[in-house]
Amino acid sequence: MNKYIIEKIVFWVFRLMTLLVVGILVWILGFIAYHGIQVLSWDFLTKMPEEGMTKGGIFPAIVGTVCLMVGSMIFAFPTGVMSAIYLNEFLGEGKIKSLINLMTDNLAGIPSIVFGLFGMALFVNKLHFGDSIIAGSLTLGLLVLPIIIRTTETALKSIDDTYRHASYALGASKLYTIKNVVLPMAMPNVITGLILGMGRVSGETAPILFTAAAYFLPQLPDSIYDQVMALPYHLYVLATSGTDIETARPMAYGTALVLILFVLFCNLAANFIRSIKN
Amino acid sequence: MIKKYFEKLQIALLAISSMITTVTIFLIVVFLFSYGIKFFTNSSIEKGYDIVVHESNPIQKLSPVILQQIFDQEYTFWHEVGGNQDSLEILHFEDLPNYYTEEQIGAEFELVGACITDYLSKHPNAITIIPSINIDSSFKGKIVEVASIKFTDVFTTQKWFPTSKPIALFGILPMIIGTLLVSFGAIVLALPFGIACAIYMAEIMKSRWRKYLKPTIELLAGIPSVVYGFFGLVVIVPIIKNVFQLEVGETALAGSIILAIMALPTIITITEDAIQNVPNSVREASLSLGASKWQTILYVVLPFAKNGIITATVLGIGRAIGETMAVLMVTGNSAIIPNSFLQPVRTIPATIAAELGEAPFGGTHFQALFTLGCILFLFSMGINLYVNYTSRSKN
Repeated sequence: MNKYIIEKIVFWVFRLMTLLVVGILVWILGFIAYHGIQVLSWDFLTKMPEEGMTKGGIFPAIVGTVCLMVGSMIFAFPTGVMSAIYLNEFLGEGKIKSLINLMTDNLAGIPSIVFGLFGMALFVNKLHFGDSIIAGSLTLGLLVLPIIIRTTETALKSIDDTYRHASYALGASKLYTIKNVVLPMAMPNVITGLILGMGRVSGETAPILFTAAAYFLPQLPDSIYDQVMALPYHLYVLATSGTDIETARPMAYGTALVLILFVLFCNLAANFIRSIKN
Repeated sequence: MIKKYFEKLQIALLAISSMITTVTIFLIVVFLFSYGIKFFTNSSIEKGYDIVVHESNPIQKLSPVILQQIFDQEYTFWHEVGGNQDSLEILHFEDLPNYYTEEQIGAEFELVGACITDYLSKHPNAITIIPSINIDSSFKGKIVEVASIKFTDVFTTQKWFPTSKPIALFGILPMIIGTLLVSFGAIVLALPFGIACAIYMAEIMKSRWRKYLKPTIELLAGIPSVVYGFFGLVVIVPIIKNVFQLEVGETALAGSIILAIMALPTIITITEDAIQNVPNSVREASLSLGASKWQTILYVVLPFAKNGIITATVLGIGRAIGETMAVLMVTGNSAIIPNSFLQPVRTIPATIAAELGEAPFGGTHFQALFTLGCILFLFSMGINLYVNYTSRSKN
């Protein structure tokens, strides 16, 4: 057989396999959207769950997830950005830097359930926060730290050294240069990291299982020491362990759709910011 | 002057922040392992209870596995467990009211020691469990020493009965095999598609289209695992049930399929990067010798990108092994060693997620779950160090 005919066949097989991969994504999103859109309504978004979570809405879960997103970012965003600034602007190549880089990579690779165990041992029990927004936020914050550090580092690296040198030449100190020249220029990409981190936080279940998430709690949190419902855990509960799984199915589709919209929105926003910058 | 100190302070703050990931890893190690190692100092008997036999019984020490089998009535004679030729009798603690009246036992169970002494004198072959507080002056009998949980036992015992009473068993072999089986299946399914997709994106596709495909693949990575689990539960599981005519569709195969989809973005992105990094001059040399584009990819580009593809595979496996929610929802979670992909399995992360909520804080079961966490942690560290090592040796 002619080698070009083989090539044609192989390339077509690859094309089909790639289409299949994309097809799976379309299938998952389409499936959830098709079923979810039927229960999506204003009431669904703003009401408390009713009748064993088979009716009503998912308002407390949405509020809970937003609390966790904001809470984790209050902790992780400044810490991550500061860490990246020090790594990229102050620390020279060497043993310390490669150790920190290694640890950051390791942290990114640790399974999310291990964060759940750790958060439970440290924040919930050792520091006596109990199952609460603050314990969940800190656990999730540690989980997304590597994402924020890495995106910030990339953002800082993309700023050309000439800007730094120009600032130094005018007599500015290193810290002044970072605050007034480097960071403002890198800001759009740094924000991308923040948004991607929020997207990741909104979807994580395992770390909040034992640190923040409530099975059923038809009220809004009063303080950061309260337990909350959260979208991903609510979906898990509806899908596997509600009182009546079959009747709760429409609610589960709706919750899954809202959760995907959260993540999708974060992804699109990050891509949008990236594209206007370039 | 003050301004200068203020600046120094700010830099110090930045330096402290940069330590956060290292400190976190350190704290994870401390907390995980302090509970995880404490597990091995425990005994398998319920806290506050002891195993007792008649004074004339020569048995001194029993292992948790054998004790559990004794209470499961798998033995009829003492010599089967290293004792004398007598037959083996079991007195279940909760059966005590069948033999003694309420007055004999005492309203607060304070006379249990005497009752059991009496029972043992009538049935010298019996073995029973007794609350430790009832071992007082009225009690005559021999306490059997129960070996504490051994490292090797945990990895070789095939039974996971963490809450069974009086003897709990903590064999994690079924979970280790389950985790490896599901992850292996996932990588076998994902690798051909991942590599094909990466080659297509990097070598064949027009860059106009690539611009759209890359964010699409990233989106696949962004979907929360609980949504994958839900999709698997309502779509994949019924399909498997119907196609293979099974009673339940929650199987290792369902887990592998979902994990394969979840591992795809990792494999595609890293493989594509590796292929992109192959210098163009190598491709051009091959093409100028008359090779077709496919021959170039197969014999020149792929061998060149081999390390990257291995890294992608290893990271894909790592992702699959640590995945919790999706697997928890679709694999059926029975802690038995599976014979095939069409049986329910239980993975290490799923076990932690399913049981930690019910395990009493600080108890043996709780610590056993931390031991599982330690295994996961060590595994992810191993994978990361390997990837780090190979990527550095390449540069």
